[in-house]
Amino acid sequence: MARITAGVATSHVPAIGAAIDNQKTGTDYWRPLFAGYEASKQWMAAHTPDVVILVYNDHASAFSLDIVPTFAIGCADHYAPADEGWGARPVPTVQGHPELAAHVTQSVIEQNFDLTIVNRMDVDHGLTVPLSLLFGQPKAWPVKVIPLAVNVLLYPPPSGRRCFELGKAIRRAVESFDEDLSVQIWGTGGMSHQLQGARAGLINSPWDNAFLDRLIEDPEGLSRVPHLEYLREAGSEAIELVMWLIMRGALHDRVAVRHRFYHVPASNTAVGHLVLENAP
Amino acid sequence: MKKPYTEIPGTTIFDMDQARKGYYLNQFCMSLMKAENRERFKADESAYLQEWPMTPEQRLGVIARDFNRLISLGGNIFFLAKIFSTDGKSVQQAVCTMTGMTQEQYAHMMSNGGRPPAAG
Repeated sequence: MARITAGVATSHVPAIGAAIDNQKTGTDYWRPLFAGYEASKQWMAAHTPDVVILVYNDHASAFSLDIVPTFAIGCADHYAPADEGWGARPVPTVQGHPELAAHVTQSVIEQNFDLTIVNRMDVDHGLTVPLSLLFGQPKAWPVKVIPLAVNVLLYPPPSGRRCFELGKAIRRAVESFDEDLSVQIWGTGGMSHQLQGARAGLINSPWDNAFLDRLIEDPEGLSRVPHLEYLREAGSEAIELVMWLIMRGALHDRVAVRHRFYHVPASNTAVGHLVLENAP
Repeated sequence: MKKPYTEIPGTTIFDMDQARKGYYLNQFCMSLMKAENRERFKADESAYLQEWPMTPEQRLGVIARDFNRLISLGGNIFFLAKIFSTDGKSVQQAVCTMTGMTQEQYAHMMSNGGRPPAAG
């Protein structure tokens, strides 16, 4: 039987990808950020799963305004890095897991989550920056990936509650897959940031750290926080954080924290990062 | 419909009404994901913009790189990012232009913990 062995949360700032791709990780600006991922990379090397279900948002790369799916699951066998306006990132093609993706899709839809099915798409920094942060610069990614794209660009995104419940449905789906597979689920995006208007550059570290605390200890309560609070307290783009609740919903009620990191800034954004395992 | 998020200062939430206003503006931005379109746009911006049924105001906003204006006219920052990426500018270089700060002032603010929430 397949099982979800761990959850990872991380921000997915494009400038982080650019720093990696342009060999700038050792500069004074970037060194503290990448140092915060060293322990996780070591943990990951010892706990590399077969498959990562990677919850992220597309940033107007695969999805224009022609079609805006709220939840879209990738069922393809591979995904090319997207050209976001400056050429595609020089990272490996992402290999999918079509069999598990098909199973999860069928199971989750039967649990009343009406996913959009994607059989071809390119994946942008939202998906590839987390892979780079946790795996560095390999010739090929060491895991297969099932992309789960969530609309957080066009308001309203799905509620935190809906995301948390979807995570639970994904766990049930994975656990009913016959093949013996180790699966991680990653939630990406956030933390506080605002990329537009006179209030751009907003960072709310106390709010972010309270979010991290509650994601660990009280995800049920956190899932009831309304969108307005994210927007007002942590900036218009902080609403990406609802995606972390999908990851958290797929884990058990009690989790063990293997790593926690928080850093300001990466470009315009507060970076948060957690590695969680189900508590024994 | 009540929209309490419209009362957040210095902030425009890209909702259904904004998306409706900005549909062609944002779709024009999407077209810049193709290298050949970026070249054509750079060669003659006005001519390229005429190919899209945008409002004259939206076209002027693009040419002026007035991102606050474009956001008020229905643009979304992740779509508008295709414009400043085409210009070879980073997100921070583009975002700071909306705040009335110089790039240096903005970068300094970010390196010192960002804009505090109380400052609104």
